[in-house]
Amino acid sequence: MLAFLLSILLEATGSVAVMGAAIGAGLAAIGAGLGIGRIGGSAMEGIARQPEAAGRIQTAMLIIAALIEAVALFAAVICLLVALA
Amino acid sequence: MIRSVVNRILIVTALFLSSLGPATAQEHTLDGQETHQEKKEKFNVGDMIMHHIRDDRGWEFAHGVTLPLPVILYSADRGLEVFSSSRLDHGAIYNNYKSDHGHLHRVDEAGKPVEGVHVYDFSITKNVASLMLSAIILISIFLTVANGYKNNKGKAPKGIQAFLEPIVLFVRDEIAKPNLGPGYEKYLPYLLTLFFFILTNNLLGLLPGAANLTGNIAVTLVLAIITFLIVNLNGNKTYWSHLIRPTGVPILLLPIMIPVEIVGLFMKPFSLMIRLFANITAGHIIILSLISLIFIANNLGGTATGWGISLIVAPFTIFMNLIELLVAFLQAFIFTLLTSMYIGGAIEEHGDADHGMGYDGPAAH
Repeated sequence: MLAFLLSILLEATGSVAVMGAAIGAGLAAIGAGLGIGRIGGSAMEGIARQPEAAGRIQTAMLIIAALIEAVALFAAVICLLVALA
Repeated sequence: MIRSVVNRILIVTALFLSSLGPATAQEHTLDGQETHQEKKEKFNVGDMIMHHIRDDRGWEFAHGVTLPLPVILYSADRGLEVFSSSRLDHGAIYNNYKSDHGHLHRVDEAGKPVEGVHVYDFSITKNVASLMLSAIILISIFLTVANGYKNNKGKAPKGIQAFLEPIVLFVRDEIAKPNLGPGYEKYLPYLLTLFFFILTNNLLGLLPGAANLTGNIAVTLVLAIITFLIVNLNGNKTYWSHLIRPTGVPILLLPIMIPVEIVGLFMKPFSLMIRLFANITAGHIIILSLISLIFIANNLGGTATGWGISLIVAPFTIFMNLIELLVAFLQAFIFTLLTSMYIGGAIEEHGDADHGMGYDGPAAH
């Protein structure tokens, strides 16, 4: 059954690797979304508890969001490599 | 003061020279598809996007408005050759040279590549020309600011000096001083150069018809290598001893920790490189994909559908461009911040942060 589905996909796209790359990129996006969402949530709670620390919390939130995004973009770059070469 | 200006000029020139060679390295063959499809109506999204992301020999500002850039080649038998890139358009052979998706090969009369002839390519490509443009912008702005400080000693800053002073102070007070500690003046010129270089090139890349410079992995590689060299050439004894013997690690775990530390040594600049490249390139691809939705709708349903879709797509694209503006500032800030944190880690003295994680033994003080 699975082999049948994969063979249809092969007919349609010409390459199963490209499908894998697309799914991988989507999963990376989900991972980044979850991670940065958690950071944002904790930052909101922190600011709500102590509004005068809002500036520092915001700076730390931006830094950590950029770091998490870098990991997601690692995955996106690898998917791009698979899809184009 | 002259020395810091000369240092700045040297750094920018070094960056420009080192991206001359690899700037054409980012070429991909796309299954033999041609990019010039004026005869057929079909709009190929992938080709259009890659054409805008990639480096190119001539600088195409808009359809039909191309600025041909010089092709500068050096080969052992023919020496230096300079000619306009327009002579190589559409696969033409000029002077026994043929462009194969950006790479230049020496070909014989029949068009077959000649083996054994190595051609060194020093051409001014689109990215190189954009780098020169941003270098001119940065040098002229900052020399003006420096002269302003020299002439207006003690008085309030005016004009562009007033615009840049808060940003420079931001880099000094939020990025350099907290992470570098007392010796921050030595590294501040590099951090400022890095910040404004990345920021200027990110912003230039957002303009239509611009070159995608910070999205070129060769350029971000050079920036990461310079950071790597500065961190490791300035590492003190504490830094290197932490690499071999991290504090608080039991002896039995050392065979695992030392390779992990060494991999971490290279992963830090590598992640800097990938982070900047992927963020900027992904941003450009998003904008280009949104715009190409209009053309795909045009292909599927005719001009009315195209216009209708554009009413939805255009505001969303404006929104995405604003996000890309934020990303331009954020990525410059993050690159500079992480660089300063790595330098700070390399130059800091043995301090209280190294104790308290487990018992260091009776010999440690």
